[in-house]
Amino acid sequence: MAVTVAQAQPRTGTGVTRRTGSSPPGTAVGERTGQLPGRVAATLKATVLMLFAIYFLGPVYCLVIAATKPTDSIYTSGALLPYRPQLWTNLGYIVTYDGGLYFRWLLNSATYAIGGAAVSTLIAGAAGYYLAMFRFKWREGVFLTVIGGMLVPATALALPLFLLFARLNIVGSYWSVMLPSIVSPFALFLCRVAAEASVPGDLVEAGRIDGASEARIFFSIAVRLMFPGLVTAFLAQFVGIWNNYLLPLVMLTNKDMYPITVGLGTWQGQTTHTDILETLILVGALISVVPLVIAFVFLQRFWRSGLALGGVKA
Amino acid sequence: MTIATATSSSTGRRRTPARARALATRAGFLGPFYSAFALFFLLPIGFAVYESLLSQRRVGGVFGRPIEVFAGLSQFGAVFSDPQFWSGIRTVVLYVCVQAPLMATVGVALALLLDVTAPRLARLLRTSYFVPYAVSTVVGTILWGTLYTPGSSPLSEFHINIDLLSHSLVLPSIVNIGIWEWGGFNVVLMTTALTTIPTEIFDSARVDGASKWGLAWYIKLPLIRPTIVMSLVLTIIGTLQLFTEPQLMAQISDSIPSYYTPNMLAYSQLSSDNYSFAAAISVTLALVGLLLSFTFIRVTRRRTY
Repeated sequence: MAVTVAQAQPRTGTGVTRRTGSSPPGTAVGERTGQLPGRVAATLKATVLMLFAIYFLGPVYCLVIAATKPTDSIYTSGALLPYRPQLWTNLGYIVTYDGGLYFRWLLNSATYAIGGAAVSTLIAGAAGYYLAMFRFKWREGVFLTVIGGMLVPATALALPLFLLFARLNIVGSYWSVMLPSIVSPFALFLCRVAAEASVPGDLVEAGRIDGASEARIFFSIAVRLMFPGLVTAFLAQFVGIWNNYLLPLVMLTNKDMYPITVGLGTWQGQTTHTDILETLILVGALISVVPLVIAFVFLQRFWRSGLALGGVKA
Repeated sequence: MTIATATSSSTGRRRTPARARALATRAGFLGPFYSAFALFFLLPIGFAVYESLLSQRRVGGVFGRPIEVFAGLSQFGAVFSDPQFWSGIRTVVLYVCVQAPLMATVGVALALLLDVTAPRLARLLRTSYFVPYAVSTVVGTILWGTLYTPGSSPLSEFHINIDLLSHSLVLPSIVNIGIWEWGGFNVVLMTTALTTIPTEIFDSARVDGASKWGLAWYIKLPLIRPTIVMSLVLTIIGTLQLFTEPQLMAQISDSIPSYYTPNMLAYSQLSSDNYSFAAAISVTLALVGLLLSFTFIRVTRRRTY
């Protein structure tokens, strides 16, 4: 909601008499009818925006096309048009290949991503709420340590984690992928900002006077108010884990434990021996995108306002 | 770790029930996150630093049992005198120099254009730009890898035969995957920053007769500057860690050696059990990343004020 309002604002600044005009605000975007340069600029703008839409969506279209082709014509029949489409046959191949290995990977990815993101959101939500609502001596120091952690990309942490876990002998277990996924400095940042922006101190105080415990206040009042922030934190971590490659690559050796990313990567290395893998990779890639797109579309109301929260503070 | 010190020292000698309850609350709320942060974030980093100071020696001949001895900074010496490491650094520096400015330009330009587009259309376009963010780097690389391969490339339909996986073009090809993957995310980031600009500024600029271009160039751009700097810093740190794209592309292109980026070199050292060397590379990369970002923030700050 906040996003929509704010987007509309700069627009009013562009048209000179726009406010009194009778045209609906959505249609007349800064185009000064009758003025040639204005029209040229508008056309140019529309062209650029459309070209980028093609750039960002085109490859996904090509993936759909390629995934529906018979294996022997992937590299001979062009990229833009369907060729003897056989999506069901190809889906059949991936369901049966190696005892349904792909769906094992899909399940693994879902377990890592949902489990990791849920725990990370819960613990970051609690900590972020506390940092926002309670004053104590080293509050900012404690917070800033973690914010510094935002500068460490996941890839940079994978090798050190491997070195440590190799010593602890937990390399190769589910835990070696799961445990590191529950820490997200970005989630803490987001949850603190969300709590500051959306949980009024008076409400918390009122809860205390009514005799509610701090845990109760958090779970039944704060969580609801912070929800957009929590959803954004969850989604960001979910995507991070779902798409993570290096960490599971170094940690896991048993292919039954692989997430999709590592599985597809392995298949890609084997295509020279097994032709059908060419198709399976493309179909597998296509399937793996679906859950994320669904999650983003369904939760977009939340993460949009959640992202806006981050913007207010940053 | 942080919590332990915080609680013990702030308790002091007065130990009232209320105080104890407050501390229990603090431990309950902060404990889980901070213990996980200490265990799976700070500890591995510390351990990597420790590991980088060790060196493997074999006792009892070439096939003997390896033991580890403290070796000071000698692993770093080995890293810095390794031509493969420098070749990797060259790759990522080249990559950063192209990727970072390009990414910022795409993100900012598209966000500014969408800012003066009808809200409904703008939202639709922004969502379509954002789609690749939901596509994993692995899938993105497989996807583009197919598009780069002559025969399944759309270019070959127009009878343009360029080998995008050849030695000279493989880096731009990887840059393209990055832009595609993160471009839409940057647009959303910049848009979010734009929405925080107070409307009054636009009103007064309009009264002063500012054009649309003027508005974008003199008002919006300077005001979202902190976000641009932040995004650039994250891009710089992230690109130093370049791994997934080239690692996967190496399976379909002969132009990518196993030491193409420092992280690929570190990974290949892991498989030969050369942990200390890999640790030294990781630590070096992290330090270079921090150094670069602090320098960058410094330089941009100085220019602003």
